[in-house]
Amino acid sequence: MSKILGLTGDGAVAYAVKQCNVDVVAAYPITPQTLIVEEFSEYVHNGEVHTEFVCVESEHSAMSACVGASLTGARVFTATASQGLALMHEMLYIASSLRCPIVMGVVNRTLSAPINIHCDHSDMMGSRDCGWIQIYVENAQEAYDWIIQAFRIAENPDVLLPVTVNLDAFILSHSLEGVKVLDDVEVEKFVSTRKPVLSINPDKPITVGALCLTDFFFETKRQHVEAMNQSPKTISKVNREFAELTGRGYDFIETYGMDDAEVAIICLGSTAGTAKAVAKSMRANGKKVGVIKPWVYRPFPTEQIVKTIENIKALAVLDRACSIGAPYGPLCSDVIATLYKEGIKLNVFNVIYGLGGRDMTPLDIEAVFNETLEIAKTGVIKEPVKFVGVRE
Amino acid sequence: MVRLKELPVEELFTSGHRLCAGCGAGIVARMTMKALRGPTVVVNATGCMEVASTIYPYTAWKVPWVHVAFENAAAVASGIEAAYKAMMKRNAWDKKVDIIAFGGDGGTFDIGIQALSGALERGHDFLYICYDNEAYMNTGIQRSGATPHGAATTTSPAGTKIPGKPEFKKDFIGICAAHGIEYAATASPAYWNDYITKVRKGLEVDGPAVIHVFSPCPLGMRFDSAKSIELARLAVQTRYWPVYEVEKGKYKLNIRVPKPKPIEDFLKPQGRFRHLFQPQFRYVIDALQRHVDENWKRITELCGEA
Repeated sequence: MSKILGLTGDGAVAYAVKQCNVDVVAAYPITPQTLIVEEFSEYVHNGEVHTEFVCVESEHSAMSACVGASLTGARVFTATASQGLALMHEMLYIASSLRCPIVMGVVNRTLSAPINIHCDHSDMMGSRDCGWIQIYVENAQEAYDWIIQAFRIAENPDVLLPVTVNLDAFILSHSLEGVKVLDDVEVEKFVSTRKPVLSINPDKPITVGALCLTDFFFETKRQHVEAMNQSPKTISKVNREFAELTGRGYDFIETYGMDDAEVAIICLGSTAGTAKAVAKSMRANGKKVGVIKPWVYRPFPTEQIVKTIENIKALAVLDRACSIGAPYGPLCSDVIATLYKEGIKLNVFNVIYGLGGRDMTPLDIEAVFNETLEIAKTGVIKEPVKFVGVRE
Repeated sequence: MVRLKELPVEELFTSGHRLCAGCGAGIVARMTMKALRGPTVVVNATGCMEVASTIYPYTAWKVPWVHVAFENAAAVASGIEAAYKAMMKRNAWDKKVDIIAFGGDGGTFDIGIQALSGALERGHDFLYICYDNEAYMNTGIQRSGATPHGAATTTSPAGTKIPGKPEFKKDFIGICAAHGIEYAATASPAYWNDYITKVRKGLEVDGPAVIHVFSPCPLGMRFDSAKSIELARLAVQTRYWPVYEVEKGKYKLNIRVPKPKPIEDFLKPQGRFRHLFQPQFRYVIDALQRHVDENWKRITELCGEA
């Protein structure tokens, strides 16, 4: 029996973690992730969970404690944002390379300077090569649903990789929504408890984190790559089982209007919700526009994206981050590389938007769709990288 | 105090590691393993002990051993301790596990002091051992917050104007004791039974404990590798390295040094202090002697001995 609770995005994350039998949470508060740790602290202090909550003195120690706990065989969660993720950067690589199936909520906030607490994806994009599975969600419901699925994906012996679930600062983290939640017993049945493959156990001593030089290091990285490459099988399996339980179907990408779309926008996170609403009204006026929203950003859903864009004539790639000095924003670079690799000739342009929490309004998105339609008609891209919503 | 015949014969830190001959870290690791009381996990900060004892696919450790990074051994230990506690609550684990974290002076005094302070404040049940060879020996002998005044390192060289490190060493045990932890102590490997007794004591404490042990480094301090233990003894006999413990806030001197040798006896065998024996740098030796005298007075007063 599911019920509907009024939850913020952060609250939905905390509620999901409460239901997932998590052994250790080690976290450090940072705006706008604070609600996650605050609400989870209440579950701990009211005896609603068996979790050991380690209130560490920094995000670096948060991830360090998570690695120690995960290696010991515990189910582990943490959450952070922005500067906190940047401070963890060193540990992100170690967590994934030591194959620790940690789940982390990342409330996407920009990086200083100037200091700013609002949304963009610079934080996670700055760490996108850290070897973690990376999920982006559109709303609080998706945050709840993906956190639960993330434990199953991360801890699967065929995967053993950490997972981040990314949600947009304030737009999702602090906005109240109706969230369909499962009963505790249903979640418990779905996630069970962690069954570690190897763990720190004095009965069977192992050495973890040895010095690995030119003779073996490369092989460990190759295995890590392979684990990521093989993870889609597990992700799909977990999505299927979750759909059976909840009726809510997830996949690597979500599409809207793509069956007959002539042009499309591809974007991550909450902006996809606005884009779908705009597409809906434009389609009512006969404009064939569509939206592609990757839920899974790493591993990059090449196959699914290629399949959905086969018949379109132009594509706008929206990046809520810039890769300064690179030809395109991070998502656009991935999309263009995918198209080139698959031999697909498609007019693509990049929109950089929303940095530091600048709003991306329905009017902005409508303008992007109209420009994409114009490009589809003329084949001319005036600005390959367009900054939307900035004073120039 | 523990006696030789009471020590286990079994070696949990085995031979075959690649630490230098005469390395204090290897001696400290081996003696530590003689003090265990039950199932134990070792966490190691990046440093000499780590790189030389676990070169993949080999390991010198017969206990579970974890290395994660340089600055976070105490935080990793926190996570391991929390994991066992949580797994006990859901009946997935059933025995008490002792956790020992080793860090060098770089990983402890400098880059790791925040993580250590956090773990001590939170009260995790673990023993932190700082093996102090008084510089970043693993990366090629650069100065640390533990390097003594006047010592030449590759980032505090014996220059013609600045003769070695201008600053003095941090009061590390004072910092740890200020957290209000139940047990903190200094030790020297020359006094093995004192050290091993302290390790056991640190493990028996319910909560965090810290041991700061002198670790002679023939390569970085530049002395004959056959004389490590002699140097570790001279450090104590010159009052350079007072051996004491702080139990529930109460200081106690463990090794009395009624007739101290002059600091030169400790400095002379070491190449890192050779430049100080030029007449124009005599003032540095005098400053070191004054510092040793003042520190000894301070510690013995705290111990109620003065």
